[in-house]
Amino acid sequence: MRTDRPPRARRSLRVVLAEDSVLLREGIVGLLDRCGHEVAAAVGDAPALVAAVEEHAPDIVVTDVRMPPGFQDEGLHAAVRLREERPALPVLVLSQYVQRAYASELLDSGDGTGVGYLLKDRVGHVEEFVDALCEVADGGTVVDPEVVRQLLRRRRDPLERLTPREREVLALIAEGRSNGAIARALVVSEAAVGKHVSGILTKLDLPPAQETHRRVLAVLAYLRA
Amino acid sequence: MQPRNVWQAMSRTGFVLSSWPWRSAAYLLTGAVTGAVALVGIVVSAVAGGVLAVVLVGLPLLVLTALAGLPVARVERYRLRMVDADPVPGLHRPPAAPGLRPWLATRLRERATWRELGHALLFAGLLWPVDALAVTVGLLLPLSVAATPLLMATAGDGREAKVLKQWTVTDWPAAFGVAALGLLLMALCAYVLGVAAGARAELTRLLIAPRDAELDARVTELARSRVRLVDAFEAERRRIERDLHDGAQQRLVALAMTLGLARLDAPPGPLADRLAKAHDEAGLALAELRELIHGIHPEVLTDYGLEAAVADAADRSAVPVDVDLDLPGRLPGSVESAAYFVVREALANVARHSGADRAAVTGRHRGGRLTLEVRDDGRGGADASAGSGLTGLADRVSVLDGRLSLSSPPGGPTLLRVEIPCERTDRPAPAAPCA
Repeated sequence: MRTDRPPRARRSLRVVLAEDSVLLREGIVGLLDRCGHEVAAAVGDAPALVAAVEEHAPDIVVTDVRMPPGFQDEGLHAAVRLREERPALPVLVLSQYVQRAYASELLDSGDGTGVGYLLKDRVGHVEEFVDALCEVADGGTVVDPEVVRQLLRRRRDPLERLTPREREVLALIAEGRSNGAIARALVVSEAAVGKHVSGILTKLDLPPAQETHRRVLAVLAYLRA
Repeated sequence: MQPRNVWQAMSRTGFVLSSWPWRSAAYLLTGAVTGAVALVGIVVSAVAGGVLAVVLVGLPLLVLTALAGLPVARVERYRLRMVDADPVPGLHRPPAAPGLRPWLATRLRERATWRELGHALLFAGLLWPVDALAVTVGLLLPLSVAATPLLMATAGDGREAKVLKQWTVTDWPAAFGVAALGLLLMALCAYVLGVAAGARAELTRLLIAPRDAELDARVTELARSRVRLVDAFEAERRRIERDLHDGAQQRLVALAMTLGLARLDAPPGPLADRLAKAHDEAGLALAELRELIHGIHPEVLTDYGLEAAVADAADRSAVPVDVDLDLPGRLPGSVESAAYFVVREALANVARHSGADRAAVTGRHRGGRLTLEVRDDGRGGADASAGSGLTGLADRVSVLDGRLSLSSPPGGPTLLRVEIPCERTDRPAPAAPCA
């Protein structure tokens, strides 16, 4: 869903970016700048990321999974560590691959709010990317549709108990959408979505608590299934 | 052509005047000395070990005695080169890991060690006196006969000399006659030395460096080179994956990003449409490249190990897969990789050919063995040899001393089982191959 209007800037975010490819780093800096966000620091490896967060106390961290020195999952681990130290720090992780293991590790850190896990390709869809960034900065949970699609293929308990429609709704919740947005996406009434959501929460045996929190738990259940 | 050993040398003319008789004598002489030293060493350590065994201190000494064959055989193999130019291969395997314990475990378990101990005992108990006797008869006897005139001039004051302490000669012509006889005897004894040394060398070779070992060594070397080849193949896959990831993929993402930004700026119209098309194409290219890279070597396997990678493969399968793995820790890289690709190929076959509604993967690591099973409820009748990718994977598993078996009766169910012996490693990074 793309339009020709310029991306809206809900509020200007101070971002610390970690990406080892200079080409991409510059690109993302330019992109964020273009959309009215400020990149406080753009670094190329995990230790520098931790240091930059110390120094700049940003609104959100955007990091690549694979970075020097080991070129494995340093970026992800740095993000998880950062969240252990500052549970309120929103983190958006970009990955070349959809990996449930990465997503689980990330969502397990903190209470699962204010985190995002996106395929790197998404930065190409400028608006969606920036929307996701704001969503995460506002404490939302954003999981790449590709991860969700992969999970949907797994027809295992407890998700087997869900109807196809409920699974669709859960997939959209996992993408961080509100009931209103889900209703629009599925072309149904918001009340109907609300019914599906409570159906999902009941079937997944989620304890009654604050609605947002339960929604996050539903996503987590989804990812760990 | 130079003679390769003392036997060949003896069959040629000029043996007597060549270096071979002296080499034979040196071989026998050093043999006598080595044997005597070995006898003393073995007896001392065995007795001390036996006595001290009561207070447990002696047990290591007894182990040391059992390993006495190793240094003796080493010296013997070295000495063998004096009279035998053929290669003298050792029979020992390299230990599985560095350190004293793995070395001891390997040595105490292999046959070569006990064979060498037997050789050392025979050598220390019986062979070295024979060596000494041969050298005495073959070298000292003719030398002392030939030295008669010298004896007469010195010890006998020019009047008499004893030949071999038996016969007495009293005049110079007789002395020189005996000396001439001594020289003749020396020529004869050169052959005695050659035969003795040759026989001893053959016996030593038979006991501690049989010629079959050359074949064994070549087989071992072949097996090792096969492992190296697989490891190199594996490393190459990783390198290609990394290169694509760091190069083409990043550039494509950057391209998609540039196109995405350009679309924001483009006014509606044909240009915007073309930009949109280019943007979508870039997205598709990225998706394809990602799948390709994943097929070459999945990142999750490197980062999280076999359990996560198999779960990931199950996620991607078109047929629902129940995964039940219990594989804590990490396994050697080549094992993880082989096992993962077997599972992936098996799941691909399930989706393509079996017509199954459901598949299951189970995996355990017990008693130094990784066992993975992939079963499905399909129609069966799968044939591993019928040009499927499984043949190549079976080869890959066999390089790791593993086994791949397939049971697929017509009507199903199909069960594929792979077993690979391996130990857990606690490596954090994709480390060296387990050769």
